[in-house]
Amino acid sequence: MKVLNLTWKIGGEAGFGIMSTGEIFSKIFAKKGYSVIDNNEYPSLIRGGHITYTVRVSSNEIFSINRDINILIALNEETIRLHQEEVTYGGYIVYDENDSDIGDIKKARKDINYIMVPFSKIISEFGAPKVMINNVSLGASVALLNYDLEILKNMIKDIFGRKGPEIVNSNIKSSELGYKYIKEKLKINAYELEIVKPVSKMLVTGNEAVFLGAVRAGCKFYAAYPMTPSSSILNLFASAEGDYNIVTKHAEDEIAVINMAIGASFAGIRAMVATSGGGFSLMNEGISSAAMTETPIVIVLCQRPAPATGLPTWSEQGDMLFAVHSSHGEFLRVVMAPGDPEECFYLTGKAFNLADRYQIPVIIMLDKYLSESHFSYEKFDFKNITVDRGKLLVRSKDIGEGYKRYLNTEDGISPRTVTGIEGGIHIANSDEHDEQGYSEEGAYNRKSMVDKRFKKIKKLIEEIPSPRIYGPTDAEITIWSWGSCKGPIIEAMNILNQKEKKVNLIHFTYLYPFDGESIEGIIEKSNKNVVVENNKTSQLAKIIMMNTGHRIKNKILKYSGRQFLPGEIVNGIEQIE
Amino acid sequence: MSKTKRKSLRENYDLKPGDFNTERKPTWCLGCGNYGIWNSLKKTFVKLKLIPHEILIVYGIGCSGNGANFIKTYAFHALHGRALPVATGAKLANHKLDVIIMGGDGDGVGIGGNHFIHTCRRNINMTYILHNNKVYGLTTGQTAPTSDRGFKTKSTPSGVLERPINPVLLALACGATYVARGFSGDTIHLSEIMRKAIKHKGFSFIDILQPCVTFNKQNTYDFYRDRIYKLDGLKSYNRSDLNEAIKKSMEEERIPIGIFYQIERPTYEDGLKQIERKPLIDHIITDIDINRLLNSFY
Repeated sequence: MKVLNLTWKIGGEAGFGIMSTGEIFSKIFAKKGYSVIDNNEYPSLIRGGHITYTVRVSSNEIFSINRDINILIALNEETIRLHQEEVTYGGYIVYDENDSDIGDIKKARKDINYIMVPFSKIISEFGAPKVMINNVSLGASVALLNYDLEILKNMIKDIFGRKGPEIVNSNIKSSELGYKYIKEKLKINAYELEIVKPVSKMLVTGNEAVFLGAVRAGCKFYAAYPMTPSSSILNLFASAEGDYNIVTKHAEDEIAVINMAIGASFAGIRAMVATSGGGFSLMNEGISSAAMTETPIVIVLCQRPAPATGLPTWSEQGDMLFAVHSSHGEFLRVVMAPGDPEECFYLTGKAFNLADRYQIPVIIMLDKYLSESHFSYEKFDFKNITVDRGKLLVRSKDIGEGYKRYLNTEDGISPRTVTGIEGGIHIANSDEHDEQGYSEEGAYNRKSMVDKRFKKIKKLIEEIPSPRIYGPTDAEITIWSWGSCKGPIIEAMNILNQKEKKVNLIHFTYLYPFDGESIEGIIEKSNKNVVVENNKTSQLAKIIMMNTGHRIKNKILKYSGRQFLPGEIVNGIEQIE
Repeated sequence: MSKTKRKSLRENYDLKPGDFNTERKPTWCLGCGNYGIWNSLKKTFVKLKLIPHEILIVYGIGCSGNGANFIKTYAFHALHGRALPVATGAKLANHKLDVIIMGGDGDGVGIGGNHFIHTCRRNINMTYILHNNKVYGLTTGQTAPTSDRGFKTKSTPSGVLERPINPVLLALACGATYVARGFSGDTIHLSEIMRKAIKHKGFSFIDILQPCVTFNKQNTYDFYRDRIYKLDGLKSYNRSDLNEAIKKSMEEERIPIGIFYQIERPTYEDGLKQIERKPLIDHIITDIDINRLLNSFY
């Protein structure tokens, strides 16, 4: 059957290479120009537990994964039990009878196909280790989709190449065996994707895009303490530090992380940190230090469900108001929330410029779904990220006599010097200070320094783009949302607009500073407003009310630790009176 | 700065300790140990011909931290307990700087204890000067992590129940490559320890016994003068022997001052190829080509 898009899912026990299998599946389609979005689900442990990897492939542009599975690869019985409800009418479940006590489960649905492929037997007859059954399943999947086996083989070669020819060959051979079993033995041709323009696409996660943007922006110091779902950024920086002259520091805790980055930035280079909510809590003290000393800093906050340890490997948008109000005292910061990896890339570049130019902390918010899901793109145009370091002085001769680090200028931004240059000596002071940086507790000085730091908002807010409107300008229902909800909402909106229920989306990629005036008109004009958020307490609705006085009463909220699927938003919207 | 200019600055070095004064006068109590430390440090800078704008001092919070206002170098007055990580980041960004950290006992082995442990083992080429007055001065007299057992303070009116942390022993255990103790009442000796610490290639640590004339009536100048003796005078002492250093550091009746331990070990910076040719701050970042990186995502 020819299709425009399809969803493939593999499930099994942790430790069976499900992640790399899913990633290979995504890559072989992106390579040929298909649009791909994937999502992994895994528990916070290394062996055992249930893992899935879902890949949606399309000949058209897509914005999110969806629920309707066309092919479910069940590496164990649990996968069938947990996910067969998600298989779409006429879809396929591929399972191994020898490996799982499948019993009556397979009779559960009459409207789908159950295909037995003896993964274990194929692998044991071939004499490869059992972990390679994932390659058999990949080969079988490619065959079911009448796709190109050569692309799969080349991808396996690329990925396992460094492990030596023996490993590569048995991986390839295993995939061939799976392919042949479907093609020659079962002779099933399940689906075939419509052909697309064969322009190879890159496949990146939100975390990877942040990393790429930061390298391009000239980030020279990256510090972190591993914390899911931010850890992959640390690994990426560590692997690139030699080639790009970056120092990556895995520090003793997040308090050290933020303070090291502040020290590096104070010394004169661009510095970034990333963490999740728990680490961000520890960093809060340091954020105020950056604010008071007016040291630029970029902080990536990859959210996960909390409080406390919460659900370490799952997704939620519960930390927005925490980021907007983070740390003690009143000070200016920028909070961003990219909606997809492409926005992660460009906004990270922007974040460094804003941090440098306004000498303030900039927080970029992701969540587990955005951090770890791959999205396909044609190559990012990295020339669109330019470097603007604002009023940074790097040469003695530019400094002039009687340098004042905290000079109270018209726009509130003072010239800042790098360390080690003549004439630039100053105190970056966490105490309230005078223009030179000396500790100063006088009432007049205090007020004028607070005003100086806040003056920057005038110019800054002009640079903050208004939220972007997706869909028709004239709509019956206006959805308000932020960050990673963007994709599922656009998918839902497209479905709803086909049903002649006119819906549009106002999406925020900047959450602070919040220009209430710019959105008041839209709220008032709109017939019906609804917020869609991946949290319990509708934090965007709160921040809108704080800044505009408007209460958005309709809310579609999800806080199960899973990101939205388009169908859930469609249902939610349809239920609105 | 060009190499020749730097050279000429050193050759024609005519700075005096007073040239490191700022326009602010110290606000410490009369007789405070901080004066001795302040004077010794400025003297040391002159002895080593250090140039003010090539020095970075990172201060913690406390009476010692207020010193940020009184010494003319690049300075970062960090949060309480966070001077070491700030200094670490700055040093890695611009390793040509002479980096010194100044903080009190509460700052260094209380709230910042974790940073102290890990900075010792990192062996970054910088000097940490711990102002150890065994009491919290700036908050007007509470117990410190280095207070003696039984010491009565506002937060421990019945006397401290814990044993004090021994910063020298802790630094030795955590891998610092230069560990010394000084006394703020002996600035000539202290200045010599400081000179060697700053010259030392690696992480150098100085625990300075410093009377707090206002809030610690127990560990006074006389208290220390009666008890201290100099390790430098001991003929048989081998300062490259860790075991010997540990043993010496545990002496309590009489208090040794001087260099307990000094060895050469590769520094953290030595392991970073990225900064071998030049400091990170000298890298041009205006148009970094990430094509190769992007291509690895296909």
